[in-house]
Amino acid sequence: MTPEEILKGLYDQTLVGNAPAVLDLTNAGLDAGMTPETLLFDALIPSLEEVGARFERGDFFVPEMLIAGRAMAGALERLRPLLAETGVATLGTFVMGTVKGDVHDIGKNLVNIMLEGAGFHVIDLGVQVSPEKFVDAIREHKPDIVGFSAFLTTTMPMFKANINALVKAGLRDQVIVMVGGAPVTQEYADAVGADGYAADASTAVKKAKDLMQRRRVMAGT
Amino acid sequence: MHTVLRSASKTVVIGSDQPFCVIGERINPTGRRIFQDQLRAGDLSRIEVDVAEQVAGGAMVLDVNMGVPLVDEADLLARAVRLVQGMTDLPLCIDSSVVEALDAGLAAYEGKALVNSVTAEDERLQAILPLVKRYGAAVVALPNDEEEIPEDPARRLELARKVVDVATGRYGIAIEDIVIDPLAMPVGADTSLVMKTLETIALIKDELGVNMTLGASNVSFGMPQRHALGAAFLPMAMSAGLTSAIMDARTPQIVDAVKAADLLLGNDEWGASWISMFRARQGP
Repeated sequence: MTPEEILKGLYDQTLVGNAPAVLDLTNAGLDAGMTPETLLFDALIPSLEEVGARFERGDFFVPEMLIAGRAMAGALERLRPLLAETGVATLGTFVMGTVKGDVHDIGKNLVNIMLEGAGFHVIDLGVQVSPEKFVDAIREHKPDIVGFSAFLTTTMPMFKANINALVKAGLRDQVIVMVGGAPVTQEYADAVGADGYAADASTAVKKAKDLMQRRRVMAGT
Repeated sequence: MHTVLRSASKTVVIGSDQPFCVIGERINPTGRRIFQDQLRAGDLSRIEVDVAEQVAGGAMVLDVNMGVPLVDEADLLARAVRLVQGMTDLPLCIDSSVVEALDAGLAAYEGKALVNSVTAEDERLQAILPLVKRYGAAVVALPNDEEEIPEDPARRLELARKVVDVATGRYGIAIEDIVIDPLAMPVGADTSLVMKTLETIALIKDELGVNMTLGASNVSFGMPQRHALGAAFLPMAMSAGLTSAIMDARTPQIVDAVKAADLLLGNDEWGASWISMFRARQGP
């Protein structure tokens, strides 16, 4: 196979969520001397972006997003150590969790898959994550972004409590805060002082990239 | 086991020997941007359309949820309850995760309401069950606790049993006024989840014998042809022992599937309801 064929194959097979084929093609690409960066940025990530775009248009459905994400994750697992060797950082680190008082996690897990697929390193703290636990995780992992998920109008106020805890710990300026969940709105995100909100998993990825970009520009790097 | 709900003038009975209780889900702003904006501006006019469509579609109870962020949900829910009761004599399911809103909604309600919902979390039990008792209402109980929303049917049963024990033992609520939600999950996220729900329904029916309701539209979330999935799921769940659902009551395909299952499962004597539904559609 030519490098072009491998890239095209990777793109197409990720799109349909064929995990074994994606892993085989990733190995074939590496054997043929292609760089991990090429495989990632010229095939895998564009493919997952297409998955997200189709989902947003209503042409793709939840299971298709999940299997594409899983196929991508398999390839990433193979590539990650190599990318680390060559000094190519991940897109960013994302600490994610469902807020205290809330045990809903289907939406959050979907967002995690899409973020990982897009090249973020995701640290999932699970459900019922207290403000203290978020603070500790941010100290430990130094993420670029922290994501708070809530499914209930009664647990949404934890966004503000979490943000207050970050302020108190002196961490608020070091991390981008994103919020989401079924009842959450942009207005609510603004009111609690979050940096970003997205209505679904694919928009969340775009928003996360966008916020990272903006921060970089502001930092002048 | 009969769960009796009432408005000022109408009684609805939930039970395994009764027609399936269709609870209309529509009066709920979650995921409805325009409706949210209207409610935030104090405009409740859209509710009128939602009531009319669901009544016409065959709803027997209406769920009322006013979960809009950044509003006084208690005030809004009380107003919505009064408004809906002025438009229809169907009993209501008062739906909020905010305790004060449930209190205000129940205070505004005339009759015996269904409260949606309590969980097996100690704090929620302590906050909501006294309200249920005080207002003489019935309550939907979700088998999740502080730790998890369990997938395992046996664990769901265990948590359902905990709610029943606490509600009857500590708060003196009649067991027939507890309606367990066996938890419907999106089949698109994991195709084994609906089987777990069906197993839970059968298990709770055998072990507790209580009435059950669930959010049927969850099942089809993120999938195409949601109506077809709803129309397939509900008869399966009814066959397993589900006696009610908070569901899309505006879509004939789904409501027809429920009515057909009522007939097929022996809850529509001589097919009288099925036939009269047909005649009504034929027109005069």
